[in-house]
Amino acid sequence: MICERCGHNPANIHFTEIINGNKKEVHLCDKCAQEKEVGSPFSIHHLLAGLLDNQIDGKMKIDYVEPKKCKVCGMTYGKFKETGKFGCSECYSSFQERLNPLFKRIHGHDNHTGKIPSRAGKSMKIKKDIKKLKLDLEKAIEKEEFERAAELRDEIKNLKESIKD
Amino acid sequence: MKWLDHDGADKDIVVSSRIRLARNIKNIKFPQKLDADSAKDLKSKIKNSIMGDEEINNSYKYYDMKNIDPIKSRVLVEEHLISPGLLEHKDIGGFLLRDDQNVTIMINEEDHIRMQVIYPGLNLEACWEESNKLDDIIEINTEYAFDEKLGYLTSCPTNIGTGMRASVMLHLPSLVLTKQINGILQAVNQIGLTVRGLYGEGSNAMGNLFQISNQTTLGESEIEIIQKLKNIVKQLITNERHAREKIYSTNKVKMEDKVYRSLGILKNARIITSKESMDLLSDIKLGIEMEIIDNIDRMIINKLIIKTQPANVQNKYDKNLSPEERDIKRAEIIRKELDI
Repeated sequence: MICERCGHNPANIHFTEIINGNKKEVHLCDKCAQEKEVGSPFSIHHLLAGLLDNQIDGKMKIDYVEPKKCKVCGMTYGKFKETGKFGCSECYSSFQERLNPLFKRIHGHDNHTGKIPSRAGKSMKIKKDIKKLKLDLEKAIEKEEFERAAELRDEIKNLKESIKD
Repeated sequence: MKWLDHDGADKDIVVSSRIRLARNIKNIKFPQKLDADSAKDLKSKIKNSIMGDEEINNSYKYYDMKNIDPIKSRVLVEEHLISPGLLEHKDIGGFLLRDDQNVTIMINEEDHIRMQVIYPGLNLEACWEESNKLDDIIEINTEYAFDEKLGYLTSCPTNIGTGMRASVMLHLPSLVLTKQINGILQAVNQIGLTVRGLYGEGSNAMGNLFQISNQTTLGESEIEIIQKLKNIVKQLITNERHAREKIYSTNKVKMEDKVYRSLGILKNARIITSKESMDLLSDIKLGIEMEIIDNIDRMIINKLIIKTQPANVQNKYDKNLSPEERDIKRAEIIRKELDI
């Protein structure tokens, strides 16, 4: 098969293009396929948009009927999908239910375990520490390191008491 | 390029270590949605939080992106002092640079604040310690956008959590030569790290320089991320050293020939492209590390890699250079530096 764009190189890229609902088979050579792509096809934002499209179909349809907007900056979910960037920190709660699976896909986790700014409060920091120690405790028990486990248990207990007051 | 003036740990392979923290201020829209007035307020607020701190204020200078000419700003990017992202926000952006150039605080880049600490050699701990301290100082007068579950909230969801990108620049000519590099890089990608070229996202690995950094920012603590990165970097260092020794012990004359030929070209060429100079400088760098060449300082080569980048060459001359003229000037700069 010959490339339908330049008409002389062999076509080795084949795909289906859908424009305004019209399906069309496209056969291109490497060079034409590259030229046809606008911008860098593998930018982080394209990848992100791809991840978002992976979601359950039902949600996407609802999105189409009623575009969701951030109440603070007016950012729409559609615009976020296009640019991969939020308009303000409130966007995170405005689009919360759709974002959780995305975080998991990007980071493999959905919970922050790192630094906590001191202004956000001491107790939050301690809660995080407790969570981490509990994980360590489970690991210690698994490995049958019971002395270490006992130490961890006491540490957790102390921390829990310290945020009670 | 003061920040490259010193040597660091594992200097035969590691060019530099860098940590970048992304932060945003609570209740203020992210830079892409920010109007001119609020952007200005934010700039002075951040500027004041540094300039108002008695311990550190004397060592920083503030630059507004509006007042920096386009060539100079690209020079700063090539020198790794500011990010390409800041150039996209010229109208609202600014930055504070510490006198020793090891620390930059960018304002209104993709996020309100992007602070970077960069050191020569493998020194992630120092980078983290400094950026962590700086982060605390800025927080004294501002409240960050932070979520208990998601951590620091950022403009792009790929940076949430720690908001930290830790990266190490490595020179890996022997792993490239022995074709081990692709397998290694694939493995690196599978464990949450990513590999890029000299100038980050989207840049090619020219001159056998690779930048390895954490891909994910949520779910691991800063220390865990740094430990993981350091661990992988250490393994890459061991592999590269091993490959270098193997090549040198089996092909001594061939390796010396390659190094001296490259040196010959660099010392004599009248026209040289950026790509060619990067590749040849990589050979010289390897020659220095293998003690084949002993009369050229490593720092001269590390700096030449940056001084021969397009904007750096352009910046040295008043009139606008065409790419061909730039290649001629580049050859001149190299000959002058290597004239020993």
